[in-house]
Amino acid sequence: MRPAVLWTLVVAVLLFFGLARLPFEKSLDTAHRAAGLRTAALNIELREEIGQLSYAAALSGFRSLIAAFLWIEAHTAWEQTAWGRMAGLFQSVTSLQPRSLVYWDLASWHMAWNASIAARENPKEPSEFLRRRAEREYHELGRDFLLRGIANNPDPHVLHERLGIMLRDKFNDRCGAADAFATAAEKPGAPPYVKRLAAYELAACQGREREAYQKLRAIYSLGEEERMPSVISLINQLEAQLNIPAAERLAPPAAP
Amino acid sequence: MIRRTTAIAAVTWTELVRLKVFYFLIIFALLIIGNSFFLARFSFEEEFQMLKDIALGAMSIFSSLLAILATATLLPKDIEDRTIYTVLAKPVSRTEYLLGKLSGVFLLLTLAVLLMGTVFAAVLLLRTQTLLHSTQIEMAALPPAELQAALDKIRAAGHDPNLLAGGVIILVKAWLLAALTMFISTFATSTIFTTITAFAAYFIGHLQATAREYWLAADTSGLLTKSVLALVSLIFPDLQAFNLVDDIVTGAAIPAAIFWKTLALGAGYIAVYTALAAAVFHHKEL
Repeated sequence: MRPAVLWTLVVAVLLFFGLARLPFEKSLDTAHRAAGLRTAALNIELREEIGQLSYAAALSGFRSLIAAFLWIEAHTAWEQTAWGRMAGLFQSVTSLQPRSLVYWDLASWHMAWNASIAARENPKEPSEFLRRRAEREYHELGRDFLLRGIANNPDPHVLHERLGIMLRDKFNDRCGAADAFATAAEKPGAPPYVKRLAAYELAACQGREREAYQKLRAIYSLGEEERMPSVISLINQLEAQLNIPAAERLAPPAAP
Repeated sequence: MIRRTTAIAAVTWTELVRLKVFYFLIIFALLIIGNSFFLARFSFEEEFQMLKDIALGAMSIFSSLLAILATATLLPKDIEDRTIYTVLAKPVSRTEYLLGKLSGVFLLLTLAVLLMGTVFAAVLLLRTQTLLHSTQIEMAALPPAELQAALDKIRAAGHDPNLLAGGVIILVKAWLLAALTMFISTFATSTIFTTITAFAAYFIGHLQATAREYWLAADTSGLLTKSVLALVSLIFPDLQAFNLVDDIVTGAAIPAAIFWKTLALGAGYIAVYTALAAAVFHHKEL
């Protein structure tokens, strides 16, 4: 066979195979995305964050490997208390591995707890106002990590639960915390204490005390193992606060 | 035919082993074991996450490198040593010779991935057992339910059956790369040309899905742009379809249908590249 004929045939086979596999690859691609696979967006911002070489490696199928190395680098930044650099590295790691709950969870924790406290107690910043502002900014950065983590992983309960804790402890947003815990409690595999946390926070949310009372009574009615002293005590408090008729109230705990 | 192909595969395997390619396993083992010591300073969730990231990433790198480099040398070396003439002078067809060579590489890649997987599994198992043991001692005072929950969390982080699926997909991707490199080497003029072209195809293959997406998008403008994107989409393999490891390490489950479809796609690529390699090699002037 003449080389020209052979190569025409080879190219024709390649093109024909390309056309034949096109619908299969498209359907596989759709199936991957429907299953939550290959969802990381490798864009220009990420290239600027991690550099050309790492970006090329990430594009070549080594996303998780680059993420692990950047996480180790972030750990080194933590040891050097270089919070700004750490925040940047966390952005890159979570962009590379948006399905990893561990990365979102720990990035938000480092920002909202460690970096914020370091900013508040920064001895190099004499202005109390600026220190407080920096602290708030790190709180918001931590919350942002959790919100983006939840947007990428809406189903697991962990990040919703962490958001509840953060809203309660760092933002004093008891209503927001109640909603976050309630969402976490509805997710598969959520531990039973999460729904109690939702009810506790709801009790502290102004205007939603009656809803909290109903939730706590529902928890109480689940059985002995759910009748924690904190649950009973809060029900008693809310009964008094909401003027629940005596006949509908829980019997007050027996005196020891 | 099978006997002759098997004999050539066995010889190819022996040749490759004599090239001491398995020395890279020492680097892999050092990387994984060394990392496991270093990572012990992190929380166990971080440690397991990074151990999986690094191990599966390294398995992917080493198997891809091995597939391209080992295959690229096969034909030029046999031509240079003139062993190809001795083999083909016997009643061995060129297709049998090529299939034998490729089977030898497949065997090498299978063993390499198996060994790397075994090292990784052993380190993961060891770390899981160590952590379970230390947690049992440190948290002995906790109520049994809480202790059990903590131990279950460690077990869940350490044991993930999807990692096995990840290993199989890495192997199929390596086989695909070997078949592609073999196809390139049938018309290449040198080992360097084969290696560089295979690596270029590797990088372009990882962008093929993006090219396809733009090509099929309604708003892509310009005939020239569309033509280039179409060519890239049709000629190069979609290697991103085999990049499920990045998601597997995060604990994502690979549905059985997707797993088998991915393997079927890999088998299709291997079959076509091998057939094309055989066709080109059949007409090659030696």
